[in-house]
Amino acid sequence: MSKNTKTVIILLIVAVLIAIVPLFAKKGAEFGGSDDAGSVMIEEIQGEYTPWFTPVLETALGGELPGEVESLIFCLQTGIGVGIIAFVMGRFVERKKWQNKTE
Amino acid sequence: MSKKEKILLKAAIAFALMFAVTPAVNAMHIMEGYLPVKYCIAWGAICVPFLVTGLISLKKRVKENRKSIMLIAMAGAFIFVISSLKIPSVTGSCSHMTGTGLGAILFGPAAVSVLGIIVLLFQAILLAHGGLTTLGANTFSMAIAGPLLSFGIYQLCKKMNVNRKISVFLAAFLGDIFTYCVTSIQLALAYPSEAGGVAASAVKFLGVFAPTQLPLAVIEGILTVIIVIGLEAYAKPELKAIGFLKEAK
Repeated sequence: MSKNTKTVIILLIVAVLIAIVPLFAKKGAEFGGSDDAGSVMIEEIQGEYTPWFTPVLETALGGELPGEVESLIFCLQTGIGVGIIAFVMGRFVERKKWQNKTE
Repeated sequence: MSKKEKILLKAAIAFALMFAVTPAVNAMHIMEGYLPVKYCIAWGAICVPFLVTGLISLKKRVKENRKSIMLIAMAGAFIFVISSLKIPSVTGSCSHMTGTGLGAILFGPAAVSVLGIIVLLFQAILLAHGGLTTLGANTFSMAIAGPLLSFGIYQLCKKMNVNRKISVFLAAFLGDIFTYCVTSIQLALAYPSEAGGVAASAVKFLGVFAPTQLPLAVIEGILTVIIVIGLEAYAKPELKAIGFLKEAK
């Protein structure tokens, strides 16, 4: 294994650990979005607060986006991003192989 | 490459660019309708010069070297992926990262602002995450202030001859944290607390975001380093073309 491969593997493990540990360390916590925590804080400082504008999507749907659908759109976003990264990286990796051969 | 392939590639890249900009918006954004109108307009106006500069710089990059499109697409896609991942944090709430560090290091802060606003628009419209009225404020914190700091940190590290991996990590890490600091200040300006004014309010908002964001910023730093390692290994010609790598090793 090259030095880079090792570094990447170690870094990946660390990243995954940082992400997963809180789940076990804080059993039963809600894990809501911190964006929501922000609105709670605004109410604490300002008292009652009604947002003066509803998201366009919620107006169109007449309510909030269903949780499952929201995760679908998030997945879509991730999928598109990963697809592009994989495609571009794949091209680079393959090209390097060819270059090595012709040299 | 045949003509068809070229068209396909262009379409793929255009698509990537479109989406790349969107993920950036996910980072702890200010919710729709939660910022008074005058602040919405002010922040939006501040963003305009950055966006224009960004568009011009991206155009110039592509004109200089068409290959850099690949890297621009990559930086965009990276923001897309990173900002879509909601990660649990030690405080018991979830947040997501910005992913703007990579683009800032490679292309400078102005270019990232363009990529970032795309992601923010995507999330504001499709996910009701962030918002159209707060788009200006969110763009400023996530796609301008954060990347600006990342870029500065990276340049500073480069001058001081810090190891490249470490400088990339620091740039991405601090850029992520800074994004949330700016968000806190933006909220505090709009909602000064009765007792201590803007400063006390900013501390309060920071108290909410900072502990959650800290571990995530570390992850963002790590992921950015990984992708830079990958690019260094396989995309040297492109990195040299955009001036990221100076001479051959």
